[in-house]
Amino acid sequence: MNKEFDYNVLDEILKEHNYDESHTVTILQEVQAHYSYLPKEAFPYLAEKLGVPEAKIYGVATFYENFSLEPKGTNIIRCCDGTACHVRHSTDVLEYLRKELGLSATKRTTDDLKFTVETVSCLGACGLAPVITVNGKVYSQMTKEKAAEVLKELREEN
Amino acid sequence: MLKNRQDLIALREGCMAAAQLQKRRILVCAGTGCVSSGSLKIFDRLKELIEANGISCPVELKVEPHEPGIHGGECACHAQAENADNSIAMKKSGCHGFCEMGPLVRIEPEGYLYTKVRLSDCEEIVEKTILNNEPIDRLAYKRNGEIYRKQEEIPFYKNQTRVVLEHCGHIDALSVKEYLSIGGYTAFEKALFDMTPDDIVNEISESKLRGRGGGGFPTGKKWAQVKAQKAEQKYVVCNGDEGDPGAFMDRSIMEGDPHRMLEGMMIAAVACGATEGYIYVRAEYPLAVFRLRTAIEQAKEIGLLGKNILGSGFDFDLHINQGAGAFVCGEGSALTASIEGKRGMPRTKPPRTVEHGLFEMPTVLNNVETYANVPSIISKGAKWFCTIGTESSPGTKAFAITGNIANTGLIEVPMGTTLREVVYTVGGGMRGEGQFKAVQIGGPSGGCLTEKDLDLPLDFDSLKKVGAMIGSGGLVVMNDKTCMVEVARFFMNFTQNESCGKCTPCREGTKRMLEILERIVHGKGQEGDIELLLELADTVSSTALCGLGKSAPNPVVSTIKNFRDEYEAHIFEKRCPTGNCARLKRIVIDPAVCKGCSKCARQCPAGAISGELKSPFHIDLTKCLRCGACITACPFHAIREE
Repeated sequence: MNKEFDYNVLDEILKEHNYDESHTVTILQEVQAHYSYLPKEAFPYLAEKLGVPEAKIYGVATFYENFSLEPKGTNIIRCCDGTACHVRHSTDVLEYLRKELGLSATKRTTDDLKFTVETVSCLGACGLAPVITVNGKVYSQMTKEKAAEVLKELREEN
Repeated sequence: MLKNRQDLIALREGCMAAAQLQKRRILVCAGTGCVSSGSLKIFDRLKELIEANGISCPVELKVEPHEPGIHGGECACHAQAENADNSIAMKKSGCHGFCEMGPLVRIEPEGYLYTKVRLSDCEEIVEKTILNNEPIDRLAYKRNGEIYRKQEEIPFYKNQTRVVLEHCGHIDALSVKEYLSIGGYTAFEKALFDMTPDDIVNEISESKLRGRGGGGFPTGKKWAQVKAQKAEQKYVVCNGDEGDPGAFMDRSIMEGDPHRMLEGMMIAAVACGATEGYIYVRAEYPLAVFRLRTAIEQAKEIGLLGKNILGSGFDFDLHINQGAGAFVCGEGSALTASIEGKRGMPRTKPPRTVEHGLFEMPTVLNNVETYANVPSIISKGAKWFCTIGTESSPGTKAFAITGNIANTGLIEVPMGTTLREVVYTVGGGMRGEGQFKAVQIGGPSGGCLTEKDLDLPLDFDSLKKVGAMIGSGGLVVMNDKTCMVEVARFFMNFTQNESCGKCTPCREGTKRMLEILERIVHGKGQEGDIELLLELADTVSSTALCGLGKSAPNPVVSTIKNFRDEYEAHIFEKRCPTGNCARLKRIVIDPAVCKGCSKCARQCPAGAISGELKSPFHIDLTKCLRCGACITACPFHAIREE
């Protein structure tokens, strides 16, 4: 066990869910909500406490798109790539953001851990396509110019 | 706590009376779309301005005395009379569906609808409309020079039939009292006290309600099968994993009228003998999760969920599970696996969910819109429901219309409405200059419909005949500038990403199909590619394990069927007829305009341009990177993309 890691966070979440194996997905969601990703220390610990093999936890964590095994940036930008956004050229916005931040489809987070750019399947705000979310807030009818403004604001805030 | 039927009736009457006293109501749309356009700030500003005029703005319905249902007092409800004549009720409503025109503000009793409202408009709204009953034409919806002041007059609304979305946008989505004030939980009350489980199942069967999630399976039949099972525990599960890109009907119902859906689930539970229910909502819909959670808490607080509901002996509890970003979880057996905390992978059927569903127990699994239809059917009867829609698909269907259409948004029309009516009458026709080319219906599982299908009635069976499906109800309208091969590639890319990997046909088949499509749009298509795609499509759809795989080839097959010439142009002529595919763009120099200045050749990073000074230059397409540097460099506008 890693002595520096605070297992209390995990304990609290586990307790809340009665150490119930069937809550694995929700437990992982709550762990991720706390750390913004799933730290590797969590896997053996959760497996032991839930009484399941570590492989099962890892299997669930890697199956679902929303779980990340790597730390994310302080600002998380998610570009919708649903059909409605796609036909209104969401790719231009995505490519612009990636280019500006030096990111790609495989490298999603900047080295200084300030920005993460990822795609997300339809957010259901198709009427306002193309949309992106920045730290959960929806920005509608995006263009490259608007994306540049958003980036500028975020950089100034940090 | 409501202890019996009388308590519920009394509380409802109290709420109704309280609502009647609210003459002037301002409804600010608080759906995901309008919120992102700043509607909540508009709400606060309006409230502030009105209160500055010395007028009170109650947000909650005032039900006397001591809000009995909530605080456990006696249930002799009387509406509060004070402030009744001059107070102005302010509500944050659910989605009005007209997302493109948001933020939307509706003002009652006149029914004025203000579109694209800005913070700076608030003062004028208060001054003119609120204080002096004057409409503001500047904020009204306009089309072809005509001004539509009232919401109900706007063609987008006038041509709809709203059953499921009846109250969406007209009540405060976060208030159970608002829901009760429009007769909420009457159907549940009727099902619980006046009907036997058999009566309920029969009523639903007679209504011929079919699953709105895409499959179109008769809901009554499903309920009857679960009811017939003998088991210690049965479950009611709601599929709110609306993963189809371009569809947001279920999101709007969950956000705009969450109690309606809960009521539908509760009726299903009474009918089938289930005591526990789960709602599975995708993680991309945080607002829907919040509203549902609030609705469940409210229902628990007043005693509509829990043990011995209204003294009837019926127990029912509801939980919410959030998805974690896997499209395949919309499939029944994958969804139940995900609720159980496992990887969301489908399994072989039979046994079906009605026998071995959640935690291996008999389970009623229906979609959000299906449940939302149930309260109306129980209240108004199966006969009434059958008067709407077609013989084999009665009722209405909610569609999300998006893409290159004038009125993007959420609509509800009777089943069997033609595509032409949806696109041109309700949808307002094409956006901008482009001509109608096709509609993609049913998302990555569906197909495309073209000009010749415009008069096709939209219902389960008619669409099946032409190789498309209603799916969950996403309609993406595309104009003549959309490349259909690229659309097919887009959907295949989506399904390929979302394939869970359990069965070989889907895991490998979709990958191979995607590779072929990618090579076609990159200008490397080969003779025989179309035939190969069709052969793979046939294999995948006949051998894949679940619905995701079986329907994955649909967009490819239907675009080949309708737009084979576009595929052929890509493959044989290395040309994209719509000019969409970047790799197939051709950059040419017009010899008539070119002066032979060599500026372009000096700018070209690939050394693809050559020629002699003062005579027309030439681009070598095998070297050209299509970067467009030459186009900007040319002082005579002699270079263009084709």
